[in-house]
Amino acid sequence: MRGVADIWTYLSASPLIHLTLTLAAYQIGTHLYRRGRGTPLLNPVLVAVALIVGMLTMTGTAYRTYFDGAQFVHFLLGPATVALAVPLYRHFETVRRSAGAILVSLVTGSLTASASAVGIAWVLGATPQSLLSLAPKSATAPVAMGITEQLGGLPSLTAVLVITTGILGAMIGPPLLSLLRIRDARARGLAIGTTSHGIGTARAIQESEVAGAFSGLAMGLNALATAILLPLLWHLLFAA
Amino acid sequence: MIFFLTLIFSCQLAGELLTVGLGLPVPGPVAGMALLFAGLLIHGGVPDGLARVADGLLRHLALLFVPAGVGVMLHAGLLGRDWLPVSIALVASTVLTLAATAAVMAWLAPPPRADEAAPPEARG
Repeated sequence: MRGVADIWTYLSASPLIHLTLTLAAYQIGTHLYRRGRGTPLLNPVLVAVALIVGMLTMTGTAYRTYFDGAQFVHFLLGPATVALAVPLYRHFETVRRSAGAILVSLVTGSLTASASAVGIAWVLGATPQSLLSLAPKSATAPVAMGITEQLGGLPSLTAVLVITTGILGAMIGPPLLSLLRIRDARARGLAIGTTSHGIGTARAIQESEVAGAFSGLAMGLNALATAILLPLLWHLLFAA
Repeated sequence: MIFFLTLIFSCQLAGELLTVGLGLPVPGPVAGMALLFAGLLIHGGVPDGLARVADGLLRHLALLFVPAGVGVMLHAGLLGRDWLPVSIALVASTVLTLAATAAVMAWLAPPPRADEAAPPEARG
């Protein structure tokens, strides 16, 4: 018979334990979210992340070891993004009817995201390195990191800011938009997707399929808009 | 089901090749979404099997962000001395972006039809 320590050593080397931990933490997150009647503070992603970070810190587990198991969940992010084409197709008629409005709102949102974040952080005295890394934070992570690298910021810091923006938008978006009396599912989805990319889209899909379709579309278009507009504006304003 | 999973993976793969090959400023999966969307337009409908696979993947989209979220929180120290101004900027900018985008869209979009109006939880 083997001791508990041996069993732990065996288990902690297997990806299964951290895959299970990821799913279990998310289950607890969704359970608490339902119990809390959808309080934004109990956002399932936030709760799951906090639980896992706590466990990893307590057991002294490195992120690399955790990711060996969690990568199977992370991997599905790509195929799920491709799958957003399905709700988009189902509501294509709705999208086409408001194509002009979508483009204007999207460019407004994209510019507001970068300008307000950089402007406020600058006024509050953040370093140029932080400002550069902050600028593309509303674009989806791989695009945002690419832009930061191009501008001379810190891509890993951008990843932190992008994911944080995603969780913030998913938490603040629905109650804020209701407070502003914006009930149109198209406007809600577009705003949440432009502000907080995929994590926001995950939240918008729970509201309605129309909101999810507009959010997924906004995520894709804002990746494009940020990648084109931000480096252009940056060089015009600061590198003259 | 395996057929449609293969189709989705193939779109992603083609998207990755396209973005790297042409140097497009979007991630591979987003290009893959555009390719699948174009395919649906040509086909003229969503096959049942594809609908099942896609809805299954999207139902728990939030779960898929958990591993990246964990990595990010472990790196929060990168913020260093700037954590306060950057945190305030993130929250304020999130509020402003949500409000500006939604206000312009609600103002410019043609009047919603029944299915485009409020989700139940958004009604006051």
